[in-house]
Amino acid sequence: MSEALLEVEGLTKRYGHTIACCDIAFDLWPGEVLAVVGESGSGKTTLLNAISGHVAPDAGRVLYRTRHEGVVDVLQLSEPARRLLMRTDWGLVHQNPRDGLRLAVSAGANIGERLMAVGDRHYGRIRGTALDWLDKVEIDAERIDDRPQTFSGGMQQRLQIARNLVTRPRLVFMDEPTGGLDVSVQARLLDLLRQLVTELSLSVVIVTHDLAVARLLSHRMMVMQRGRVVELGLTDQVLDDPQHPYSQLLVASILQT
Amino acid sequence: MSARTEPPAAHIEGYNFAYLDEQTKRMIRRAILKAVAIPGYQVPFASRDMPLPYGWGTGGIQVTAACIGPDDVLKVIDQGADDTTNAISIRHFFQRTTRVAVTEATDQATIIQTRHRTPEMPLREGQILVYQVPIPDPLRWLEPRETETRKMHALAEYGVMHVKLYEDIARLGQIATSYNYPVLVNGRYVMAPSPIPKLDNPKLDRNPALQLFGAGREKRIYAIPPYTEVRSLDFEDHPFEIQRWDEVCGLCGAAESYLDEVITDDRGGKLFCCSDTDYCVRRRAAGHFGPHGRDAPAPLRGPLPGSGG
Repeated sequence: MSEALLEVEGLTKRYGHTIACCDIAFDLWPGEVLAVVGESGSGKTTLLNAISGHVAPDAGRVLYRTRHEGVVDVLQLSEPARRLLMRTDWGLVHQNPRDGLRLAVSAGANIGERLMAVGDRHYGRIRGTALDWLDKVEIDAERIDDRPQTFSGGMQQRLQIARNLVTRPRLVFMDEPTGGLDVSVQARLLDLLRQLVTELSLSVVIVTHDLAVARLLSHRMMVMQRGRVVELGLTDQVLDDPQHPYSQLLVASILQT
Repeated sequence: MSARTEPPAAHIEGYNFAYLDEQTKRMIRRAILKAVAIPGYQVPFASRDMPLPYGWGTGGIQVTAACIGPDDVLKVIDQGADDTTNAISIRHFFQRTTRVAVTEATDQATIIQTRHRTPEMPLREGQILVYQVPIPDPLRWLEPRETETRKMHALAEYGVMHVKLYEDIARLGQIATSYNYPVLVNGRYVMAPSPIPKLDNPKLDRNPALQLFGAGREKRIYAIPPYTEVRSLDFEDHPFEIQRWDEVCGLCGAAESYLDEVITDDRGGKLFCCSDTDYCVRRRAAGHFGPHGRDAPAPLRGPLPGSGG
């Protein structure tokens, strides 16, 4: 067994008297998909933002095993190092693709941005990679010069995923990637995600309130309520035999067909 | 054109030399010194209200006012020309507030304030070229947040500049940015060279003169010290290129200079001529003539003032 890719210890974030996340701890292994589920306001998104360094937590450590420099505490990294990590080894897929995409430039430029950010200065090569990735996320190559504004919601979300994966990150955070999409588009996106995760052996932390998404994608899942982890276990185990009353409520609330 | 004599402007009483008070000039000089010390870095300064609107050159005027001394010889150009509204009014402003000598000859000036052009004639050591800048931050078009652009400059995260160039090539087949073409100064800061045509970009590189940039409305000063490397951004497979035209200057026949298209009548007549009037006049005096011949009158010209920090 290899070592954990990401270790979160005692992560706490308060907004005044409101506790958004309290003493969160978990490990993430290479190639593993962890789903974070819970109702609105349970601290899922804050947790994601705290781990990815977008919000400074009040306490805790986020240890990440880098490719070359061993284990680092992401929260202690200098800002340039953290930003570099964010745009090379990590990815962040927003719920609303408009937050994650550059809407004023073409799809190709959106995919190429990370490459250019790490110093690629060859137009032909960047474009070739962009075409590759459009194909991978099932967007017609002819749309490469179209702006994301002209894309459907599902296409925008797929473009956002391509834009994040182009630098071959090892760890991707996803915040409700299927939120706001209609059911058939959701299914297609989930299918694509599952395929990419396997193909690239990505480690993923996916925040969702949709248990179906968790069941389809994740290996393990973490149930949050009022900023605390109430249950953490294998996805099938949690869904089939929930232990905590809140998890039981959550599972029972799914419509059975 | 340069032979024409202007009536000496009356000096106005009750104002300090070069209009600004000494404390303000010191403040601006400190900003300039910092700008020179960190080539291409935008130094914030407390820009003053000037007796002309933003966009007419308030940034450039403040920089000039902070640098000028009684022995300086001033030249002011707007789009390369000495005889346009903006250039004339700024020149009068300094004549009235400093009584310094003014000239239209590029090589005789010690300070040249310019809008939208770099003079065709090579500059020399000891000269100061002051640019008027409307939007100092080249990242502004891609990232609207000032806090974020400052961070991007601080961390040299300039990938997004290439996104813009990529977009140009993808849409138009070439880098279509033709003015205000972004440059990398001294291998560190990406800088907007003010809206000069990209034909002028190579002149910024290792120029013996000190180049100062003032943005009045945006309250920024930046600089290229003498002999500093200035590289225009590009792709390996789409290198930076300057524009080429089929026309030559109708008055002096220059093929390499930047040309204005001037409408000469209401029947579709037009004339291409050097935008740098001093350069054009010198060439004519040296016996070079264009297709419009020896007797072509100097056209009336002058774009409306505006869009120049």
